[in-house]
Amino acid sequence: MIRTDLAIIGAGPAGMSAAVAAREAGLDVIVVDEQPAAGGQIWRAIERNARLRPGNLAFLGEDYVKGAELAARFAASGAQHWPGSTVWHVESPEDGDKTVTLAWDGATRQVRCGALLIASGAMERPVPVPGWTLPGVMTVGAAQTVLKSSGLFPEAPLLLAGSGPLLLLFAAQCLAAGIEIAAVLDTTPAGARLRGLPHLPKALLGWRTLLKGRRLMRTLSRSGVRIYREVTKIEALGAEHLERVRFQSVGGPAELETASLLLHEGVVPNPQLTRLLRCEHRWDRAQRCFRPELSDRGETSVENVFVAGDGGGIGGAMAAVHAGRIAALEVAERFGAVNRPNGDVEIVKARDALRAELAVRPLLDAMFPPPRWIGELDGGEVICRCEEVTAADVRKAAALGAPGPNQAKAFLRAGMGPCQGRMCGLTVTEILADAHGKHPEEIGYYRIRPPIKPVTLGELAALDGAD
Amino acid sequence: MLRRLPDQSGRKVRFRFEGEPVDALEGDSVAAALLAAGNRILRMTPKSGSGRAPYCMMGVCFECLVEIDGIPNRQACLTEVRGGMAVRRQRGAPGLPGEAGDDPD
Ligand SMILES: Cc1cc2nc3c(=O)[nH]c(=O)nc-3n(C[C@H](O)[C@@H](O)[C@H](O)COP(=O)(O)OP(=O)(O)OC[C@H]3O[C@@H](n4cnc5c(N)ncnc54)[C@H](O)[C@@H]3O)c2cc1C
Ligand code: FES
Repeated sequence: MIRTDLAIIGAGPAGMSAAVAAREAGLDVIVVDEQPAAGGQIWRAIERNARLRPGNLAFLGEDYVKGAELAARFAASGAQHWPGSTVWHVESPEDGDKTVTLAWDGATRQVRCGALLIASGAMERPVPVPGWTLPGVMTVGAAQTVLKSSGLFPEAPLLLAGSGPLLLLFAAQCLAAGIEIAAVLDTTPAGARLRGLPHLPKALLGWRTLLKGRRLMRTLSRSGVRIYREVTKIEALGAEHLERVRFQSVGGPAELETASLLLHEGVVPNPQLTRLLRCEHRWDRAQRCFRPELSDRGETSVENVFVAGDGGGIGGAMAAVHAGRIAALEVAERFGAVNRPNGDVEIVKARDALRAELAVRPLLDAMFPPPRWIGELDGGEVICRCEEVTAADVRKAAALGAPGPNQAKAFLRAGMGPCQGRMCGLTVTEILADAHGKHPEEIGYYRIRPPIKPVTLGELAALDGAD
Repeated sequence: MLRRLPDQSGRKVRFRFEGEPVDALEGDSVAAALLAAGNRILRMTPKSGSGRAPYCMMGVCFECLVEIDGIPNRQACLTEVRGGMAVRRQRGAPGLPGEAGDDPD
């Protein structure tokens, strides 16, 4: 087993920035990530595009191009980077080192570390509309991922449905790349923009983000793409695969033929690792999701386990960069790293930058409020894709006395498939909260156990032999 | 299914899906390459047998599980294509640890 001062899970903006800062301070650093290259979600395949497909940079936009600089500093930092490594277990004994266990190319590897930084980022909120399991339906982020990594786009006619900055950004990237969008089904409720107004003064600190947002909205509304407003009750229809989409909008009911439907209702922290470590979590009302409780240095309720970036609550890429730096400087301080001139001053500077970056969030949360209908589901909608459990099944389990997700899981097997509840966890919490008339925090979340990813027999056997 | 923009340079890679040759570009994930080659369905669910396709493309939904070179439960969206790779649809549950790795309490 290899030992290092700081192990970082995730080579996105938060993880790369933390690695650079920790290396500058003289710490030994190992960064693991299941992607084939550094960059995280926002800067996926940045290095490949810059080298091989510079034409793609033009439509991916300036915020994407910006990633090249941090990726280069990360590559030169001297941190060990293990791409293609999926973490499936993390242990944190009360005293002593933490252990990270991962699968890499069919083998198992373990890393011991004094401090652990979880920079595993966000995932898109699952959007359990009827028919969302049909081939042809994917998320906006999924389509954006293959656009970045392979220059691929969904077959026409293409519909984008949902709400949030990522949807607007992807629409703008499509238009710039010449990819045709048949229509946008905007699910943002009426009046959301106005509800955002009280947050405007504070948000001015993050004015750059604001200007960008306005530009994106204007690009879309001037593009001539058909936009349906205040859309609800989206249904994906088809026999073997997606053929049509039905919905309600201000203009009344509508039905469109389509080959590709992309869903998006914002992003939420990926909860697996912090849940596995039994870190304390709080329900975030504005973003309707759980987030780990963090100190002002990014430490969780588990000593020497830190979280930086969107895994700790959604703040965006630049906030992730600052938070990663803060956590790394704090670890350096704690472990008596050699090079740390002005460690405290640096932390204060990074905290100010983080605060300015986060100032715009309340406005964004108010302008793109997370969907309320998910907690109200009670019909035949599949909510657990792995075990094909419906919303009605969850209601039935609640009526039979299941107080929380873990009992519902025992009744229904929801959350016991390969995704381990990533796709149904939030929905089950919301439905149970609604059924019992309780706060989601009282309802809680699935108890997550290892392995958090399917492990092959070969990989398990390799673990026995690990020294 | 997916289409490719013009001017996407990269080395060609050929692998097999259900025994048939598939052409991809180096750097494609197996999931992206299969959708680009016109395959809509990558796996069948254990319970109802319904056909599924990649949903998240970032490793969280597990709808892209396939068998690669005889090893089941591989996430096609996290695996880059390699020349000569043999990929098959995953039909039902492969019954490996990891699936049953978590019992409720
Ligand atoms: C699909 C998607 C697309 C997005 N696109 C954009 C965009 O274009 N522009 C924008 O401004 N924001 C985008 N975002 C928002 C995003 O969260 C950014 O704010 C930013 O990427 C957050 O940085 P981060 O470092 O916190 O995490 P991320 O960039 O998400 O990086 C986390 C990394 O951790 C790795 N990881 C997670 N779990 C494990 C594990 N168990 N084992 C090993 N590695 C693991 C992941 O592979 C990933 O590379 C996107 C979000 C998503 C979900
Ligand atoms: S497509 Fe979701 S895990 Fe691969």
